Amino acid sequence: MLGLQALFFYIFAFVTIGSALMVVFLRNPVHSVLFLILAFVSGAGLFLLAGAEFLALILIVVYVGAVAILFLFVVMMLDIDIAQVRGRMLEYAPIGALVGLVLLAEIIIAVTGNYYDPGTPLVTSQPIPPLETVSNIQALGSVLYTRYVFFFQVSGMILLVAMIGAIVLTLRHREGIKRQSVSEQVSHTGKNSIEVRKVESGKGI
Amino acid sequence: MAELLGSYLPIVIFILVALVVGLGLLVAPFMVAFKAPDDEKLSAYECGFNAFDDSRMRFDVRFYLVSILFIIFDLEVAFLFPWAATFGRLGWFGFWSMMVFLAVLTVGFVYEWKKGALEWE
Amino acid sequence: MTDFFWTYLWPAIIILAESLLFLVVLMILIAYILLADRKIWAAVQIRRGPNVVGPFGLFQSFADLLKFVFKEPVIPASSDKVIFLLAPLLGVTLALSTFAVIPVAAGWVVADINVGILYIFAISSLEVYGVLMGGWASNSKYAFLGSLRSAAQMVSYEVSIGLVIVTVLLCVGSLNLTDIVIAQTTGLGTMLGLPNTFLDWHWLPLFPMFIVFFISSLAETNRPPFDLPEAESELVAGYMVEYGSTPYMMFMLGEYAAISLMCSLMTILFLGGWLPPFGFAPFTWVPGIIWFVLKALLVFFMFALVKAFVPRYRYDQLMRLGWKVFLPLSLAMVVIVAFVLQLTGWSDML
Repeated sequence: MLGLQALFFYIFAFVTIGSALMVVFLRNPVHSVLFLILAFVSGAGLFLLAGAEFLALILIVVYVGAVAILFLFVVMMLDIDIAQVRGRMLEYAPIGALVGLVLLAEIIIAVTGNYYDPGTPLVTSQPIPPLETVSNIQALGSVLYTRYVFFFQVSGMILLVAMIGAIVLTLRHREGIKRQSVSEQVSHTGKNSIEVRKVESGKGI
Repeated sequence: MAELLGSYLPIVIFILVALVVGLGLLVAPFMVAFKAPDDEKLSAYECGFNAFDDSRMRFDVRFYLVSILFIIFDLEVAFLFPWAATFGRLGWFGFWSMMVFLAVLTVGFVYEWKKGALEWE
Repeated sequence: MTDFFWTYLWPAIIILAESLLFLVVLMILIAYILLADRKIWAAVQIRRGPNVVGPFGLFQSFADLLKFVFKEPVIPASSDKVIFLLAPLLGVTLALSTFAVIPVAAGWVVADINVGILYIFAISSLEVYGVLMGGWASNSKYAFLGSLRSAAQMVSYEVSIGLVIVTVLLCVGSLNLTDIVIAQTTGLGTMLGLPNTFLDWHWLPLFPMFIVFFISSLAETNRPPFDLPEAESELVAGYMVEYGSTPYMMFMLGEYAAISLMCSLMTILFLGGWLPPFGFAPFTWVPGIIWFVLKALLVFFMFALVKAFVPRYRYDQLMRLGWKVFLPLSLAMVVIVAFVLQLTGWSDML
């Protein structure tokens, strides 16, 4: 079984790296997003191999099922001139390299020096419960809403800010459009829509 | 650990089998069917006349708004899943902690309702 | 060498055989579900429906399959050819692969994973991609419009489906689909003094959620009255307009596989899965899989009737129903169910 595990690890790892490279190098933005999705899915496979089944599936639900759809929506409706994009690729190279270097430095710091993290002693003193006794999702649920309640509420606040921000930035009301008001329609009765009048003969209303 | 991964092995095989079935169906007409392509047949459908321009056009911003709101509510559901799975053992504290979380998001929901972000025109 | 065979290859061969058997039975079932759909639709309109191929038209779907295979595959010249062909393949593979975790009887499941319901939720959220990619790759205005509409619609109703699943999970406390069915051996019926009956199942205490789930799954699978992406009168056939031959058939197959999945899911979540409706003699003799299929077909019968009876929604009404009615309703039900369970302490018993 261990050999199979290693095989899957290498498959997922190479697909992740390969598709990440394709995201950068392909010229059609829609193809890039599709490779990004492939990278997410194989990333989920890597999570699964590490025993984090809940995280793996949430990665698919949230990133592939929701975030990437937004990307695809945006990119599909762009009508980009491909030659123009290609010509400007070199302009962005220095900034891209800089961001890459910063990211690399951060990864090195995070991987090599875990003494930077003040939470490390806490984590090592309370190891992850063994998978045989407690399933992943239950282990997560039993601490997330009680012990880490502060972080949980902060994430709720962040979602609220995101929601309001999205509305403020994108919502534009068009004028002069007839809208349907269901409550108005339903509350209409014969009494308030028909009026009976006596009309004298030879005269209009 | 091995047991956990072992339970996922059938899924991989199942997906592969489904993929093979799909691939077989996809390839079949290319093998057996009669082919006589011509320009008119291969042009995009457009009620009888030739297409004016590329079909990829700028679109109503509301589609973006719907997908952004979907991301947020999808995350909310993602937070609810482990909560529901451990609900019996969390007690009142866990219950109220989720209620506060939902209340915060309901504020956002009421805001978007009042702003008319949910209206499709 | 023999050791290698018995520890690695033999289990893999067994799983392969199981998967193949499951898929073949599923596809035959889908062929007849399709026929039943057309027959029921015809019966409502006092027509005969397909009745030429085989007795009562029983082989109609297979004749259709042959017809599709021998049709010329047309790939539009202006399309993105790889994605154009990838879209139906993705759609059909995803729709079929959700069935890997569906338990059709006690222990009869291809993959018994801890987070089965989340797996289904994840994979079915990916089915949008088949639609979006197909519509974009066709490079036709009708297809593109149809796919955008369809994607926005599927996404809108997915939230309420997720919330309905959460309410069921609150009553069960596990994400494993087998556990969800077993949790329905005791329930409201037992408390009322009628143990081991259909009153124990979740449909009774969670009745509003059952309805919300049913209507949301109509919208999620693009069934009438929510079939706007393929509204013939305005969008010809939506995202499928450029497709012909088996690629078109694969979209239809994927759609009907998704419908069967929703029927099975409703059976598992609300109608007690493979459990018999009464826990005594003549009913318990019938094997579980028969009960499962019967219940799923009952749900499908409702799907077919809705298609025949209900006129199509307008797009703004569809979005209103999803965001302004179902979302608050299901969110409120999550809170109410959680509060009742917490207050009465019923969740401790689970």
